[in-house]
Amino acid sequence: RPPPAAAGSCPVGLCGRRAYAPPAERKRFYQNVSISQGEGGFEINLDHRKLKTPQAKLFTVPSEALAIAVATEWDSQKDTIKFYTMHLTTLCNTALDNPTQRNKTQLIRAAVKFLETDTVCYRVEEPPALAELQKNEWDPVVEWVEKRYNVTIGSSTSILGPNIAASTKETFVSHLASYNMWALQGIEFVITQLKSLILSMSLIDRHITVEKAVLLSRLEEEYQIRRWGNVEWAHDYDLCELRARTAAGTLFVHLCSESSTVKHKLLQD
Amino acid sequence: MAALGAPLRTLRALLRELRHAAGRSYRDSPAYRHVLAAFRAHRVTSEKLCRAQQELHFQAATYLCLLRSIREHEALHREYHGRGERTPQEVAGLVGFRLPQQPGGKG
Repeated sequence: RPPPAAAGSCPVGLCGRRAYAPPAERKRFYQNVSISQGEGGFEINLDHRKLKTPQAKLFTVPSEALAIAVATEWDSQKDTIKFYTMHLTTLCNTALDNPTQRNKTQLIRAAVKFLETDTVCYRVEEPPALAELQKNEWDPVVEWVEKRYNVTIGSSTSILGPNIAASTKETFVSHLASYNMWALQGIEFVITQLKSLILSMSLIDRHITVEKAVLLSRLEEEYQIRRWGNVEWAHDYDLCELRARTAAGTLFVHLCSESSTVKHKLLQD
Repeated sequence: MAALGAPLRTLRALLRELRHAAGRSYRDSPAYRHVLAAFRAHRVTSEKLCRAQQELHFQAATYLCLLRSIREHEALHREYHGRGERTPQEVAGLVGFRLPQQPGGKG
């Protein structure tokens, strides 16, 4: 049996799974979850054992608030540990192990590349009601991002998508470069979930909420649901999962890029 | 800044979610104490548009969304996707059959 300290995976030979895929569920094997501060940052303790990543590295996070949120994920597990609900833990593992072995430049390039196939830039012409909905819901967000970053993006009804100027891509590349590696993992994660760089930047810049970003990402689905009806076990299931992952990614980015200095203001009475 | 509503409402909902997640000793959990402490620290400010306050509120709303979505997702999973496959006995029972008993076991 795999050692309890590992966050989940076993070598390929033992269970024939991909090397980096943890088992979906296992029994809760610890009573108490606590946090401690080590040399590299904050660590999670399951009883007396220190949590490790799937690649057996010591699990350390730079932010106390993030450590508390991760500890809460572990403590919320009841009889079985449902790894697929522990999004913050997964994000931390990805940041620590970097299984895709991408450096900062590659991560930024992958993120900005999404702009070429950004959801909110791809418009339909038929049906007119959906085209109208896209215009009313997506145009304001695109305009906000264009204004905030001083770029031109636009939208397109062609199958090739919008033509993104090199200067626009450069602007985003240099903006993303200001984030540290951990936050970038989070940003790239949010972009792949929402299928949109524009929605992700709006969200991370706190212009829209997670719920709104997810709604805008799923705009066509919402339109079809309103026309044809909602199927709870599919639509709501996917909606909740997308919300959970996007929320986790956003929180991860903010917790990894904040400085925890509290500025005390003088009370003016 | 995103339209978030009243911070107090977000705080109450977030604490409720933490209660669901934690169980009996939720008030002693690090998350509960951290959230309360953070809200108290940012409560007193002379500015109505305090940026740190808004950032905290956004973070709280995001965390609330995370906890709530996970809970709802798990509930949907349990209801629709959690039952797994039927056992051979159940399948036989669907059409009114019973599996044969072999006194010495199989083979």
